[in-house]
Amino acid sequence: MHLRDSESDAQFRSEVREWLRGAVASLPEPPATEDWPGRRTFDAHWQGLLFEAGYAGINWPSEHGGRGATPTEHLIFLEESAAAKAPDVGIGFVGQMHAGPTIIAEGTEAQKSHHLRGILTGDHAWCQGFSEPGSGSDLASLRTRAFRDGDDYVISGQKIWTSHAMAADYCEMLVRTDPNELKHKGISWLIMPMNLPGIDVRPLVTVHGSTEFAELFLDEVRVPVSNLIGEENDGWRVANVTLSFERGTGFVGELLDTTSVFRDLIALARSTKRNGATVWDVDGIRHEFGILGADLDALWAFTKRNVSQGARGGMVMGSGSGFKVAFATTQHRLGDLAIRVLDRASLSLDDVDGKPTGELVHSKLHAFAISLGGGTTQIQQNIIAERVLGLPRER
Amino acid sequence: MDLQPTDDQLALIEMVTGFASDRFPIDVVRSFGEPNGFDRDRWTELAALGTFGLALSEGEGGVGLDFIDAVLVHEALGSALVPGPLLAATLSAGLVDGVLDGSVLPAIVDIPHDGPIIVEHFRSSDVLLMVDDDGVRVAPSAHAVGIDVVHSTDPTSPVSILESVPAGDLIGGPELAVAWRQRGSLLASAQLSGNSTGSTNLAVAYAKEREQFGRPIGSFQGLKHLLADSWIRTEIARSSVWAAGVMIDESDVGSVDRAVSGARLTAARAATENAKTCVQVHGGMGFTWEVDAHLFLKRAWVLETVFGSVDEAAEIVARLYAAD
Ligand SMILES: Cc1cc2nc3c(=O)[nH]c(=O)nc-3n(C[C@H](O)[C@H](O)[C@H](O)COP(=O)(O)OP(=O)(O)OC[C@H]3O[C@@H](n4cnc5c(N)ncnc54)[C@H](O)[C@@H]3O)c2cc1C
Repeated sequence: MHLRDSESDAQFRSEVREWLRGAVASLPEPPATEDWPGRRTFDAHWQGLLFEAGYAGINWPSEHGGRGATPTEHLIFLEESAAAKAPDVGIGFVGQMHAGPTIIAEGTEAQKSHHLRGILTGDHAWCQGFSEPGSGSDLASLRTRAFRDGDDYVISGQKIWTSHAMAADYCEMLVRTDPNELKHKGISWLIMPMNLPGIDVRPLVTVHGSTEFAELFLDEVRVPVSNLIGEENDGWRVANVTLSFERGTGFVGELLDTTSVFRDLIALARSTKRNGATVWDVDGIRHEFGILGADLDALWAFTKRNVSQGARGGMVMGSGSGFKVAFATTQHRLGDLAIRVLDRASLSLDDVDGKPTGELVHSKLHAFAISLGGGTTQIQQNIIAERVLGLPRER
Repeated sequence: MDLQPTDDQLALIEMVTGFASDRFPIDVVRSFGEPNGFDRDRWTELAALGTFGLALSEGEGGVGLDFIDAVLVHEALGSALVPGPLLAATLSAGLVDGVLDGSVLPAIVDIPHDGPIIVEHFRSSDVLLMVDDDGVRVAPSAHAVGIDVVHSTDPTSPVSILESVPAGDLIGGPELAVAWRQRGSLLASAQLSGNSTGSTNLAVAYAKEREQFGRPIGSFQGLKHLLADSWIRTEIARSSVWAAGVMIDESDVGSVDRAVSGARLTAARAATENAKTCVQVHGGMGFTWEVDAHLFLKRAWVLETVFGSVDEAAEIVARLYAAD
C-alpha cells in the first residue's frame, strides 16, 4: 500500500498544476447564481478550455474523445483543480458524469457522434428527468407516459427537482413506455431536446432561495424514436449502467470543497472575538473541529481506497452508499459547527463584519442535498443492510 | 497511490484471521482473563507466526515488511479479540530480548502525570516497559510493586495498579518515546477498527437467526439502519487507520500525528458504537455475560485509552489543522 505518487502520476500532477495555474488566471469573474445565461456561458467556456487542453472527459475512453485517464489520474486532476480553485463541473454535471457515459455504453453510432462531442466541448448542457412528484425513492413507480406514434414518442407527464433544467439543451428522461407493466419493466431511457414544443420548465425555489432545480411539465412532447437509448422497455437497466462506471471519484469535488469550507471556518473561529478571547479558544468548539478534521481526513482516505479499488476494476460493494451517508453526516455536522462559530451573525445571509455568513449558511443547507439527492441516506442504509450485510428484505 | 491491501497483504490477513479462529476461539480468549489463565503456549504460537517482528528487518529476526503490515495484522487480531500485550510486544520486539519469540512477555505503561498507574497484563508479564517524555525504560516486572485488580472492567484484559515504578534501564531517549507513542497509538486504533468489525459480524449473524413476530429481526428496518451505520463506521475507521499506517512508512506524504490522532477518533467511535449496537441487537441476551457482545465493548474501552484519549486526539487534530 502506498500514498506517494508513482513517477508517472507525479509527472501528470505537475503538468496539470502548471496548466491549471494559467487557465484559472485567464478566467473572467464568475456570474451571479441566478444569472443562468451567464452561468451557462461561464461553465461552457471553462469546459472549452479543458477540451482544448485535452482534459475534457478525463475518465472517458479515448475512442470516444475522452482522455482515458486512470482513476488515480482522475483523482489527481480533481485534487489539483480544487487546490487551484478551478471551477467545478457545474452545469456540465449530468452530461459528463451520466448522460455521456450512458450513451458511450448503450448508444448507437449515430447517437454517439451526435452527442458526445457537444458534452466534451461544453456546447451542450444536460439535465436529468428521472424523479416525479409521486416517484422519488421509489423511482421505478414513475408514470410519465410515452406513447409510440409513428416515428415519435409522445410524452406527457411531470418531472420534478430537475437540476439545471433552466440552462439545459437536453434531458435524459425515464418514461413509461408500457403502462401495463409495473415497476422496472416498461420503462425506457430517452433523449429529450429541451427546446421542443410542449415542455414547460417552471423554476422550483430551493431552501437556498435559488432556482437550482425546476419542475418539467410535459404535454404531448414529440421525441423521435431515434432518441431511444437501448431497447424500448429496457430503460431501467440502461439507467443503472452508468453506476458500473463509478470508480470512486463521484464525490471528490464535493469533498474537497467541504474541506476548504472547514479550513475557512477554522480561520474564522480564530479571528472571531468572543467573551474576551476567540471562538477557537472555546474547548467544546475546538473539540468539534478535531472530530470533523478526523472525519474529513477519513473520508479522503476512504476515497483513496475506493479509487484504488476502481483502478483494479470495479468497486467494493456498498462503498458508494457508505461514503455518501458518512459524507452527508459530516456535512451536516460541519454546518452545525458553522452556526455555532457564527452565533448571531448567522441570522444574516448578507456578510457581517466581512464574515462570509451567507456562504456558510448555504453550505449548511447544502448538506441536505447530499443526504436527500441521488438516493436518500435511508435508501443507502437499506442498500448496505440488504446487499452488503445480507439482511433479509422487509417484505 | 494504492490504499487497498495488495494480494500479499490479503493473504497475510487471511492467515492471521485463520490462525486466530483456530487457536484463539472465544472460549480461549475468555480463559485468558482467569487467574493464571494467560496461556503462554498459545502466545508463543502467535509469536512464531512472526506477528511481533513483521516490520523488523530480517537481520533483526523479523519478517522485513512495513509498518502498515503490522497495522493490518493488529486489525485482524482485534476483530477476534485476541488477548495479551500485542502492541507492547510489537513495539519492543527489536529491543528487548525474548519478546520476538514470545519467551519474554512484556507489559507496557505510558506513565501518567498524575492519577493511578494502571497496567494491562502486568500480572503475567516478565518485563515492564515504561514510556515517558524522557524515553523508554525496561525493568523486570518483579521490580515493580503492583496490586492485581480483582475485577477488571474488561475480563480479558486483567489490570494491576502499580504503587511505584522501578528505575529500570533506558532503552531509548525522547525520540523513541515519541515513536512508540505514535506507533502504539495506531496499533491500538488498528485493534479498535478490527474490534468494530468483529462486533458487527456478531450482531449481523444474530439478526439473521433470531426471529420475532414470525420473521428474522434483521428484516426490521430499525435494526437494518443501526447495522448499516455500524458497517459505515468501520469503513471510515479502517480508512483512516490504513492511511495513518502508510504514512508512518511514507512520512513525507502528510502529517503523521494528525493521521494517527484522527485514526484514534474514528476507530474508537467505530468500536464503542458498534459494540453498543451489538449489545442492543442481542436484546436481553446482550445483557448476559454468556453472549460475547460485552467483551467487544469492554475491550474497546481499554484500547481507546491506550497512548492517548479521544479528547487528546481531537485537540491534536484541531491544532494541527489550524497550524497547517
Ligand atoms: C438538491 C437535489 C437535486 C436533485 N436533482 C435531481 C435531478 O437533477 N434529477 C432528478 O431526477 N431528481 C433529482 N433530485 C430528486 C432526488 O433524487 C429525490 O428527491 C430523492 O430520490 C428522494 O425522493 P423524494 O424526494 O420523493 O423523497 P421520498 O422518497 O418521498 O422520501 C421521503 C422520506 O422517506 C424516506 N423513505 C422513502 N422510502 C424509504 C424506504 N424504503 N425506507 C426508508 N425510508 C424511506 C426517505 O429517506 C425520506 O426521508 C434532486 C433532489 C435534490 C434534493
